[in-house]
Amino acid sequence: MAKRFAAIWFRYLTTDWFGLKHPELVKLPFVLAALNRGRKVITAVNALAEAQGIHAGMVAADARALIYELQVLDDKPGLDVKLLRAIGEWCIRYSPVAAVDPPDGLVLDVSGCAHLWGGESAYLKEIVSKLKSKGYTVRAAMADTVGTAWAIARFGKVSSIIEPGGQAEAILPLPPAALRLEQPTLERLQKLGLYTIKGFMSMPRPALRRRFGQHILLRLDQALGTEEEIIQPIESVEPYQERLPCLEPILTATGIEIALQRLLETICNRLKQEGKGIRSAIFKCYRMDGKVEQIAIGTNRASCNTSHLFKLFEINIETIEPAPGIELFVLEAPKVEDAVPLQEAMWSTASCLEDTGVTELLDRITGKLGANVITRYLPDEHYWPERSFKAAASLQEKATTEWKTDRPRPIQVLAKPEPVDVTAPVPDYPPMNFRYKGKLHTIKKADGPERIEREWWLDAGQHRDYYCVEDEEGQRYWLFRLGHYEGIKTNHWFIHGFFA
Amino acid sequence: MPAEKKDIISRLQKDMLILQGIKPAQGGNPVQFGLRAVEDAFPNGCFPTGAVHEFISTGAETAAATGGFVAGLLAALMRGGGACIWLGTSSTLFPPALKAFGIEPERVVFACIKKERDVLWAMEEALKCGALAAVVGEIQEIGFTASRRLQLAVEESRVTGFLLRHRPRNVNTIACVSRWKISPLPGDIEDGMPGVGFPRWNVELLKIRNGRPGTWEVGWQAGRFRIIEPEKQTIWLNALPQYGSAI
Repeated sequence: MAKRFAAIWFRYLTTDWFGLKHPELVKLPFVLAALNRGRKVITAVNALAEAQGIHAGMVAADARALIYELQVLDDKPGLDVKLLRAIGEWCIRYSPVAAVDPPDGLVLDVSGCAHLWGGESAYLKEIVSKLKSKGYTVRAAMADTVGTAWAIARFGKVSSIIEPGGQAEAILPLPPAALRLEQPTLERLQKLGLYTIKGFMSMPRPALRRRFGQHILLRLDQALGTEEEIIQPIESVEPYQERLPCLEPILTATGIEIALQRLLETICNRLKQEGKGIRSAIFKCYRMDGKVEQIAIGTNRASCNTSHLFKLFEINIETIEPAPGIELFVLEAPKVEDAVPLQEAMWSTASCLEDTGVTELLDRITGKLGANVITRYLPDEHYWPERSFKAAASLQEKATTEWKTDRPRPIQVLAKPEPVDVTAPVPDYPPMNFRYKGKLHTIKKADGPERIEREWWLDAGQHRDYYCVEDEEGQRYWLFRLGHYEGIKTNHWFIHGFFA
Repeated sequence: MPAEKKDIISRLQKDMLILQGIKPAQGGNPVQFGLRAVEDAFPNGCFPTGAVHEFISTGAETAAATGGFVAGLLAALMRGGGACIWLGTSSTLFPPALKAFGIEPERVVFACIKKERDVLWAMEEALKCGALAAVVGEIQEIGFTASRRLQLAVEESRVTGFLLRHRPRNVNTIACVSRWKISPLPGDIEDGMPGVGFPRWNVELLKIRNGRPGTWEVGWQAGRFRIIEPEKQTIWLNALPQYGSAI
């Protein structure tokens, strides 16, 4: 499909915004100024001030000398980009691809959009009149290329819509500044008497490159469409997205559920055909008052099972606040993975983690209670007990090493080893008794020591000498002494776990 | 005539078991737990899978002993490559230790859930999932209604559930098929030999629906259960009224 672009130019972007914020300023000439090397330099002027010869780059004091009642306001750094972004987001209603073109413009990729508003001129008129009614001074143009649309929006005098293929003809009478050239190039062209694009467009390309650099050729090609120009959309378009606009605003939970069900069905049908499944999905509800409510889900395994995905969303539907009503539902799937086609089990004997039933159960649990609730552990190459296992990143992750079974390990461990009072006879012998939580345990049997060195490259401290001890009741504990035996000190014995 | 009557009675007894939700294992070959003497106490003479078992523990030591015994049972249930989910409010279980009980720790999914109410919800959801081999839930307090829900879930899905109740405030009647209490016993190694020896527990089956409660000494050795002198230790608790059947 042939590309069409619309460029919107905000001639007095920041001053218009100040005028909207302070309506008393509208009838006065005013400028925005910022401090620059100790002087106040004008950064933006409004239409009234411009009519009287004030322009950006003047020192504020000089401008005051020209107009006595000139208002000088402090400029806000970054305001223009912020405003353009906000307006650009608003423009997404006209085209999904809207890009900011600093310092004072927007570019929309309107390919295949205009007919929805009854043709290109009606489309452009709608945008301009909507923006004008908000209080912005705008000019807009539409052409096959970003460069031509940009040029016509700012310098065009005849028509704002350039027919497909007519860009060369359209830019001929325009000044060189319409090509988005740098200031030195423009000055050189001016010096040589090249006041219009017509004057140099037919010149041999090597001559142009030699005199004005590569940039002028690039801009010329971009305007004519021989070089493709890529714009950076404000909101990237998700490849897996479904939209459902509503005739009447939706207010009830039932309505939301129906919308979600419908969107899920369409997106899942599409994914099924492509052999993919959803790993994460976002359900967005665009409200009448401009706010967006959204709920998100994640799955442990790619899934395109509508009823399962609906169940995951269902838990959070009540958090959606429809307030004045929802006019548009959007379902996005930012993370999509290849789904392994399920083989129909002829009989179900052994169960495993790859089973859809299990993954769907885990999805429900994480959906309701949070993603960090579920952990699966894999062995890790560490002797230090706390690091001897690690959490698996996904359900499919396989263990790379074996679990060690050569040493006894307790089935229950304390989150943090707790100090115990111990009577130990001689170095490296297990203790005779210990006191834990006020109860004295006399040790009858013991195993050990098992020395585990501190991993000095990970943390500092002393090694541990572990003992597996059994008291007179047969209860088995995992005790350790931190560091070497020192005789007098008794407070560096700890209890770490309980054996089965 | 008496032989005929016996036949009828045994058939009726079997029918009653099915009506009460205790079905023989699917496919005809029950899971082998290696608990021969203990299994005689169960209805049909085999460990009731597809039911919820309750385990009471009073301290950290008995909780560890219970964990070991349950891990041994899980190992049998997960033998065919099955997965298990272990739910609780805190994560005190040490995954590498499960390997010693014959479980692949990576096939156990742990869920550490803050609120006990949510643990109950998750346990019910998990018990409804027929693809799991077993579900373990560490729940301190559970009401009769909640336990009924769990029981109904397993009757549908035939998943085995283990309810580990650590220091419950009161040991109330709940709709579980059995109530166990596992406490540690001193290891039985010869005098003069060093070391601690293999784990040994005093397994008390306090309550079992349609079975006979009893007490056994069970050890874990060489990757399987070992019953230690069951004849000498068995005490029949049939006469005690407080352990009567729940339903």
